Amino acid sequence: MSQPERTQSSRSKSERSKSERPLSPHLEIYRFSLTMALSILHRITGVGLYLGTALLAFWLIGAAMGPTQLDLVYLIMGNWFGQLIMLGFTWALFQHMLGGIKHFIWDVGAGLEPDQRKVLSWFTIIGGVILTALTWTFFVWI
Amino acid sequence: MGMRTPFAIISGKGSIKGGTTHFWHQRLSALANIPLTLFLVWLVARLAGANRSEMIEVISNPLIAGVIVLAIIGIFWHMALGMQVVIEDYVHSEGMKIFLIIFNNFFAFAIGALSIVAVLMLGFGG
Repeated sequence: MSQPERTQSSRSKSERSKSERPLSPHLEIYRFSLTMALSILHRITGVGLYLGTALLAFWLIGAAMGPTQLDLVYLIMGNWFGQLIMLGFTWALFQHMLGGIKHFIWDVGAGLEPDQRKVLSWFTIIGGVILTALTWTFFVWI
Repeated sequence: MGMRTPFAIISGKGSIKGGTTHFWHQRLSALANIPLTLFLVWLVARLAGANRSEMIEVISNPLIAGVIVLAIIGIFWHMALGMQVVIEDYVHSEGMKIFLIIFNNFFAFAIGALSIVAVLMLGFGG
């Protein structure tokens, strides 16, 4: 059982050493790419949303407890800093959602060619900003 | 839900943990969360700054309360799964990793349960 496995692994090893591609590049010597940056952004927005969702709970629980508690929530979230957090939360949500849709497309094996990857990535960046702007324009500012 | 084939199990291939199940649940909750969070964005935008009786008026509609509860379940499920991956990637000490994964699950369940109870209280009229 181990015999054919060993020959195969030794062959692929020699093939790899012949190729000129860098082997196991370290985190610090990776060439910057858009998909890489968005992968990191997807994770950062995910962690941000994790923390931000506590605010949603805070609002609902405050409302359930009573008018005094609800006023306290609005006092904390209603000022410019709270609104800035909500704006960032909205953007993180849309960026993460579009990033997730991109991953769904990649999961079925589509959109993986270099140009398609780039188009999809820009689609998530531009789409995230546009959806955030639309949400705030129509629901908050108007 | 087990995603491994019987052949993979008897031949001892792959992870002995629940990697594929985790992946599948992550995608399942992600898919559910697309419409659910869009609904929640609408709801929060509509009710932000509303007083208690205005909130009760909207949330006492059983369809709205039901979808909010679904959204909370989908969000906290997805949150717990996602944060677990982050913990597994960056925390290498076994003890700390397990502690944080337990804390992550407790946190998600606790906040989720409190939110659902809050929605039900508002839905039943405060």
